[in-house]
Amino acid sequence: MVIDSPAPVPTREAVLEILDTVKDPEVPVLSVRELGIVRDVDVDPAGAVTVTVTPTYSGCPAIDVIEHDILAALAAAGVTQARVQTAYAPAWTTDWIGPDARAKLKAYGIAPPGPAETGGLVQLLRARRTPPCPYCDSRDTEIRSEFGPTACKSVCWCNSCRQPFEEFKAI
Amino acid sequence: MTAPSVLPPPPRPPHDELELLLRLGDDRLVLGHRLSEWCGHAPILEEDIALANVSLDLLGQATMFLRRAGEVEGKDRDEDALAYWREAVEFRNCLLVEQPNGDFAFTIARQFLFDVYAVVTLDAMSRSANAELAAIAAKSLKEAKYHVRHSGEWILKLGDGTDESHRRVQRALDELWRFTPELFAPDDVAARLAAQGVGPDLPTLRGQWESLVRDVVERATLTLPHEASHTPHLHGGRKGMHSEHLGHLLAEMQIVARSHPGAKW
Repeated sequence: MVIDSPAPVPTREAVLEILDTVKDPEVPVLSVRELGIVRDVDVDPAGAVTVTVTPTYSGCPAIDVIEHDILAALAAAGVTQARVQTAYAPAWTTDWIGPDARAKLKAYGIAPPGPAETGGLVQLLRARRTPPCPYCDSRDTEIRSEFGPTACKSVCWCNSCRQPFEEFKAI
Repeated sequence: MTAPSVLPPPPRPPHDELELLLRLGDDRLVLGHRLSEWCGHAPILEEDIALANVSLDLLGQATMFLRRAGEVEGKDRDEDALAYWREAVEFRNCLLVEQPNGDFAFTIARQFLFDVYAVVTLDAMSRSANAELAAIAAKSLKEAKYHVRHSGEWILKLGDGTDESHRRVQRALDELWRFTPELFAPDDVAARLAAQGVGPDLPTLRGQWESLVRDVVERATLTLPHEASHTPHLHGGRKGMHSEHLGHLLAEMQIVARSHPGAKW
């Protein structure tokens, strides 16, 4: 005999807790919520879950993996009626990364982003401050390249402890 | 069931929004592909990574614009179908972006001229009356602003560098200048979209573009080419009339998709 019992309708809070366990594949110390990628969660009366995400960088190759990981985490928790949709506005900004997440980045060896830039369209000269070293906190650092191994990070050098480190770019 | 019509279908009215999305998407798709040709060949490792990063951003932006183009076209074509299954005459990119890479100075000069064009047009479109377009433009603008910082700093380094680097980047600017009037050339499509507050008002943006370009070029001890001395100006990309270079680029870009239709990996 088979008894069809409808799956329980998950609460929005429960879904958010599940999303807390989904890490960014390229910055595995932060969850997709801490990065500000998850913009909204909706649970309709029938229990169907819609997670709205926004890409960090438009060409970020991790976005497909993130979508897959979100659906896999929800499915593992028994939430099978789920989909992920993408929203471009408002555009993602590193200002959405909170203080706790910034502390985790620093502990992981990545200098957290400064405030997102505003102002002129063409800003060339690096009046841009250099980030403090995440290892020794020295301010005697330099930016070696604004383009690092992933789209979201630049490559820096600490003149005090003489170590390379990455900075999460402010956008 | 309706009988088959013996009359040819009426000519379709020009689909202005689609045209604009294709122009925006194709500029980025073609330039992104050009930059990807540097992967493994750039003068230093950091620059190799930088050009590949910019390329990836441009391909990401192209994806957003072309996906939207497919939606408004309504013929069930996604961004991949538009990228891989159109012919050169169907591409709407400007001629500037399809020019071959040349030497490093040529690539940087081409990039700088485009990056400044990108920031002024994306900035204008971030206030578009078309919400989808405004959203994609605002997102892309953030990336374009650090692209122009990169290419602009290279203009300074090369222009104010050695005699050799100065000579090469000046030559690149001189050669590329004839492709820049096309960027701002008003046509019916652009004029209608500007009047509706959807597309950028290109002729009025030209002054802003030129003053931003001039500021960096002169700081780099380079000379802005004189428009009149670099004729003929080359046009046609927005109508599908391209230089011979685009066909070669597309052949390489499209061969895998066309050889193995529907393949997934």
